[in-house]
Order: sequence, then structure tokens, then C-alpha cells
Amino acid sequence: MYDWHEIGAIDDIPRLGSRVVQTPHGDVAVFRTADDQVFALRDRCPHKGGPLSQGIVHGHRITCPLHNWVLELESGQAVAPDVGCATHYPVRLEDGRLWLGLNNVLSLPTAAPAIA
Amino acid sequence: MKEKLVLVGNGMAGMRTVEELLTIAPDKFDITVFGAEPHGNYNRILLSPVLAGEKTIDQIMINDLDWYAERGITLHIGQDIVEIHRARREVKSADGTVAPYDRLLLATGSNPFILPIPGNDLPGVIGFRDIRDVETMLAAARTGKNAVVIGGGLLGLEAANGLMKQGMQVTVVHVLDTLMERQLDPVAADMLRVNLEERGLRFLMGAQTAALLGEERVRAVRFKDGLEISTDLVVMAVGIRPNIDLAKKVGIYCERGIVVNDTMQTYDPKVYAVGECVQHRGQCYGLVAPLWEQAKVCANHLARYGIGRYQGSVTSTKLKVTGIDLFSAGSFNGGPGCEEIVLRDPARGVYKKLVVRENRVQGAVLYGDTVDGSWYFQLLREGTDIGAFRETVLFGHAHMADSGRDGFSVMTMADDAEICGCNGVCKGAITKAIAEKKLFTLDEVRAHTKASASCGSCTGLVEQLLAATVGTIGKTPAEKPMCKCTEHSHDMVRTAIREQHLTSLARIFEALNWKNPDGCHSCRPALNYYLISTWPSEAKDDQQSRFINERVHANIQKDGTYSVVPRMWGGLTNPQELRAIADVADKFQIPTVKVTGGQRIDLLGVKKEDLPKVWADLNAAGMVSGHAYGKSLRTVKTCVGTDWCRFGTQDSTGLGVKLEKMTWGSWTPHKFKMAVSGCPRNCAEATIKDFGVVCVESGYEIHVGGNGGIKIRGTDLLCKLATEAEVKEYCCAFMQLYREEGRYLERTAPWIERVGLSYVKSRIVEDEENRQALCARFLESQQYAQIDPWAERAGGRVDAHEFQPLQRVG
Repeated sequence: MYDWHEIGAIDDIPRLGSRVVQTPHGDVAVFRTADDQVFALRDRCPHKGGPLSQGIVHGHRITCPLHNWVLELESGQAVAPDVGCATHYPVRLEDGRLWLGLNNVLSLPTAAPAIA
Repeated sequence: MKEKLVLVGNGMAGMRTVEELLTIAPDKFDITVFGAEPHGNYNRILLSPVLAGEKTIDQIMINDLDWYAERGITLHIGQDIVEIHRARREVKSADGTVAPYDRLLLATGSNPFILPIPGNDLPGVIGFRDIRDVETMLAAARTGKNAVVIGGGLLGLEAANGLMKQGMQVTVVHVLDTLMERQLDPVAADMLRVNLEERGLRFLMGAQTAALLGEERVRAVRFKDGLEISTDLVVMAVGIRPNIDLAKKVGIYCERGIVVNDTMQTYDPKVYAVGECVQHRGQCYGLVAPLWEQAKVCANHLARYGIGRYQGSVTSTKLKVTGIDLFSAGSFNGGPGCEEIVLRDPARGVYKKLVVRENRVQGAVLYGDTVDGSWYFQLLREGTDIGAFRETVLFGHAHMADSGRDGFSVMTMADDAEICGCNGVCKGAITKAIAEKKLFTLDEVRAHTKASASCGSCTGLVEQLLAATVGTIGKTPAEKPMCKCTEHSHDMVRTAIREQHLTSLARIFEALNWKNPDGCHSCRPALNYYLISTWPSEAKDDQQSRFINERVHANIQKDGTYSVVPRMWGGLTNPQELRAIADVADKFQIPTVKVTGGQRIDLLGVKKEDLPKVWADLNAAGMVSGHAYGKSLRTVKTCVGTDWCRFGTQDSTGLGVKLEKMTWGSWTPHKFKMAVSGCPRNCAEATIKDFGVVCVESGYEIHVGGNGGIKIRGTDLLCKLATEAEVKEYCCAFMQLYREEGRYLERTAPWIERVGLSYVKSRIVEDEENRQALCARFLESQQYAQIDPWAERAGGRVDAHEFQPLQRVG
């Protein structure tokens, strides 16, 4: 399902910060939370396409810098009452190295999953 | 493959459902529509104005035939459906057309009720239902003279009025003693009858029709008491019956109407029904508003959104007779425990009655003045407690505004009036969200509608709406929590930081029991500011708690690029700087170069990874960060003063440069702008700045608390000073007082309005010792602040990770 890419060390990303991984299909934002978990979302807010990597990380959430939408890092889902979703990607941490899983079927999915 | 939706009935309810469906799920269904009438879809409600000659048929068409074609909808007009084969899931029309369906929508509407009396099938006896009826009436009006309308309800009176307008002598026959008994109480009904009689209508009240007489065509009406009146036309408007023949025939369960559940499904779940043909919770509706609500729910369900239930409607009525204002809603005849609030002014022809139970409106009848009908209807639907304004409620909503701000009331605005310009939110959307989502606080309204969530200038309007819709609004508590992460207010947190000597975010979170271990996007930037402004030498500036602009020292734009504004002291520049800026713009292909309102040059559209290189080049020409991105000192705007200006009284440019060199780099609760004007003509616009100096012959006027942004506020005059040295001292002291006591994201204008100008004067003007102490603290803090953030980053010493991607893959 996934192509795994080594993208760097966990300490390359500041705590409560984010870095961008450039791919041929657009940027992926990789976030590090206060408890040293790492998450990856497509670097586009479902609202107006703001770069999520430039936002403020708090808990397991990210606030978009453009209009303060808040998204769950684990799922990419917007926090109510906003509705929307940024595609999320799996990240593995092995021996201090980060691996990002990109979908290898049809490039990167561009459409967010349907919301019930 | 798309599913197939067949709509039986090309009327308002069915087509509204289709329109709603096309909006939310345009590609879900192949849609086929069967209509018995030979037209597109038209607004049946407006048949009365057509009859009265005030509108034409063309004007009441909603969707013409092209509309259907453009949307790929197959339309069969003039075709009755005669059969539904529910097992095979297909319908068959009178001419044999067969259409299969996955979902079927019945919107067969209603038929006029025709009295079961002899002669009711004579030519010249009609209902008032469709375009054909109107055409019949108009034809009769051209040849005949007399008309009888049976039924003194809404529809009958509109028909009678129209026929009278067409020149006929019209008699309205009503079986009861009062007109429109389902909408009006006897008082209003009498006023209406008198008014209509004055216009030329005749009434036979309490009259029972026995037979219609005539051979080829109706010529007279006979009543039970033997009276006969001659006529050329009889319009039956004694009520409507849901048209359920087809549904009944194919075994779909019907009572008075086709019985549907809250999602508008019949007992066959593949078959939906909307409009006048349905019976929902025992209720049939003949007015338009419930149809719209049904259509919305039905469309949502057809689109499989699974949201929305129809829970019945409270209806209101207006009589569409030009020149007569009449409004009715809810239960207007009272009942146990009900009180009536009545206003009667016979001279003006005004009658208003509200039926109230436990201070909540149950019903309303308005005659002669219906301006407030929609307001009363809103109070009724939302069950608003009117206790607070009960004494004046009948004077109308405009009257309430007297106690509101500036004599203006937001409630008098139309539903589609825009409240929040930033987010394009209209009044109706806000009141709807408040009612439907049961919102009680400003924050909730902001979260759900975005109204006032951006610039905030419409906050007052939104609060008024909230107050009027919910009933009352709790005053914003003085000690409002900073955010959802804590119960503490800004001021409490600040005091704790100072008194407990808290110097890091972690210590604040621990000492004040923060609910979220690392706060949120709202509190972290505020706390970081409080820390570095309170403990400039000790607290570490936490970059991850900075908003992106302050983290990367440039302004993020909507496309994710940045803008760069180099500092130009007092607005002065020179050829060398301009050349450097031009070179940078060329080298990095910067698409837009713009002069700002603060007398600076803005380079817009810089790619993030180019920022350090752009800064390096600007640094090389002697320019530093302009802090156009920060909650910090922005610009000192100046005019040219005594150096050049023939009116100049002091060296305004020079003073501006000195002030800027002294204050640049300082962080403040919100942005901070200054200006120095060389004479009272005030070309530098100093009186809308946070700190403004207006030079006069005898010295310097110091103005504070101005704001030219969302809500313009002219400055207050703080004092007048004699020397530049004093101006600099007062400037530092004022900035420091604001830095220490202003709340994060509070500009000086609202801060001064909150604490009062006299307080600011007492701390700065009247207390020399305190002024000097403030000034000293400011200058002390500047030692840690006046480091050019661009130079640090251009050299790659600081935050290099911010400007480079982590990795490139693929």
C-alpha cells in the first residue's frame, strides 16, 4: 500500500513544531508534538488551502495560520464545528529515524474522504 | 451508474426538493419530472396578483423549460401519472410513457374542494388553483359582469379582490359570520370586511349555498333560505383536499393526506412525498413555508446525508390584497392560561393582538400595521421570553431600538442583510444558527457561523442578535477566562507571572493548573508575550508559541508566500536602499512591490526558502526588519517638518527617526503605530495612531489611543510638552504602561477606553516618579529586544530549520 521514505531524524523537527516534506504531488507537513509523537498531513488546510506546517501545534492538534481552523493530527479531521479533512499519512519512528508512508497506488490522494 | 429519481408533480414543493437536491448532490440522480399542467414550474402563491393584474404569468414562472434542459432533467408536461408499479419500481403516464425509478417523489399537491351540490359541474364553476383557473376567470371578466366567490377564507378573498380589480361585481359568500376564521379573530375579521366593502366587495355572511343553477353555463346561485342571485362565474374557494388519488390507488397508506414520517418517507420507504398532498404528524399544510422546510429535509435524505428531520411547522399568513395589511400566526384565539395584549387604534385602522402564555407569544393577529409580523413570528417560533419588553412589545421592534445603541436595532434588518463582512454571514444565517443550534454565547456563535470571528467589528451587532434571539445575554464577565485551557483571566495570569516569578510556559501551566498540557493557539502566544514583557532578561522567547508571522519575521499571505517590509526610519529612504530593494525584487522575482500606509515598501510574494537570502541582501544595504508582521512597534510615520515645509513648526522627521530608533524591536500586546506631524495640519495623521505627536510653535502635543483600523478612533490628548527629550520619555513611559497592562491583542484604543484616559494621565503625566520608572523599564527591556531578527536568520544562526524543507522525496 505505502512507499516508505526516510525523511530525517525526529530532532530535525522542533517540539510543537513542523517541517515540510516536498513530494511531486505537493507538500506534506510533518508535525512533532510535545510528547514526541510524529504525524503527517497534507500541507493544505481543507478550508482555504493554508499551509498547516506554518501553524501552531498544541496537544495532538494543529491550528491553521490563515483562519484558525483546528485539525486533529491523528486523523486530519477538522475540530467541530468546522467540517473538513486533510489527508493524513502514516509515520514510523525507527532508531530515531523517521519514515513517511506515501500512497503508492495513484500518486497522493487529493480528495479528502467523505464526511458523514 | 446514477440512480433514478422520478418526481410526480411539477409544482412548488416537488421542484423545490429537486433544486435543493441539485445543490447538495448534483450528480447523484438522473431526474425525471411528470407534471399535469402544460407549463414549467411556477409560483402558485402569486396567482392572486396575476388575477388582480399586478403580475403576468411570465413573472411568476420559477423555472422555464430551458431550465430543465440545462440541468439534464427529463420533463414530461401535460402528463398525468396513472400507474405506479411499486414492485417493478416504475411509473406509467396517461400516454403510456414508462419511467423506472430507484426513488420516487410524490408531490401531487391538492385539489380545490368542490361543494357536493347540484350544478357544481356546470361550465363557469371553477376552483382557484392553477393557471387555467386564472385564465378562465380572466376570460369571464371580459364577457360577464357578476361573480360569486364561495368561501371567505384567504384564497376566496384574494380571488374576489382579483375579480373585482378585473371589473366584475363580486359577492363573497361565507358560511360563517366572520371572514378568515382560521386566521383572524372576530375584531380583525370585521375590520377586514368593512375595508373590503368600502372597496366594493359585497358579502353574504352566514349563507349556505344550496344549488348552482343554469343549463349551458352557470347563471345563478340559490341559497338554503331561497335567495337567488344571478352570476356569470362561480369560484369555489372553500378549502383544499390533498390530492391522494394516485397514492391510494397503488396502496400507499393515506389518511387525509399521504402519511409521511419525519424524513418525508411514505410507508413505502422508496417513495417520498412532500407538499400539500402529505399528512405529517396528523397535520396537512396549505401554505408555502412548511413546503420549503419539507423540501429541504427530503432533499437531504435523498442525498443520503442523513441529517435533518421535519418536525412540523408553525405557520403565518399574510393576505395578498394590495392595500390591506394583515398578518396572522399561531393560535390567536387564546385558551386556558392565555392573556391577550391588544392595541386598537380605529382612527389609523390599526389592530394588533398578541396571545401570550407565561410571557411567551402563542399567536398574533395584526391588521393595518404588519411591519412587525415577522418579529412577532420569530418570538413565537423561538419561544422568547418577552417579560423584559412586554410593556412595549406592541409598539413594535423599532421602538425597542430606543434603548439600543445609536437608536438602531439590528432586528429591523432584513434576513439577507450582511452582518459580518469578513466572512459573508447574513443576519438570517446567524439567527438560524442561534435558534437551531441553541447557541447562548458570542463564542458559540463565532464558532458556528464565523460571524464576528475575523475582524470583530460586527461583534456588537452579533451580540444584539444574540440578545434578541435568545432573550437575554449574560454580560460579558469582567474576568473572562483567557481561553478554554484555563479559568484564569488575562489579568490574573499576568499577576501570577509577576508575583510568582514564573519565567516559562511550563511553569505557568504547572502553577496555574492549565487544562491542556501545552495550551492552545490562543493562549500560548499571549503567555509568551506576558513572559518576555515581564521578564525580558530571563524568559526565553518560545518560537513555537509565536504566530507564524512572528516566528519567521515576515507576513504570511493567502497563498503561503510571505511579504517583507524593511525598516525605513521615520519613512526616510535613499537611492542606495531603493537600489537594493529593486535588486532584491529582480533577483528573487518578487511579483509585487507596494508602498504601504505606514510609509514603507512592501515586497509581496516571497517564497519562504528565499527569506534568509532576501534579508541578507537587504542587511547588506543597511536595512533591518521593519516588524510589519509583529505585535510590536510597527512604523513611525512623519511629515517633512521644518527641513522643507513652509508650515513646519518643528523637526518632525528628525523626531520621528529618533522615536523609531528608540522603540523599534519592542514587543507590545498588539501592533503599535506612531506618527509625528510637523504642524496642526497633521499630514502624518498622528491623531489616529497609538502614540501621535503634533508639533506646534510652542512645543509638542502628545496624543494617544488612536486607531485607524476596523473601528476608527481619534486620539485623546494626553498632554503638551516643550522638548524632544520629554517627548521621548513620555513615549517610552506610555508604551511601557501599555505593555505591562494592556491585554494581549488589545490595541491602545480599547485599552484606554477600558481603563480611562484619566488613569493613564495619573500614571504618566501626574506621577513623575512612576513615569521615569516606566521609562527605565522600557529601555532596560529594549536591550534584549533590539537585535535584528533578519540578521540572525540570514546568517543561518537562528531557526535554520524554519526555512528549509525537511526532505524532498519522489
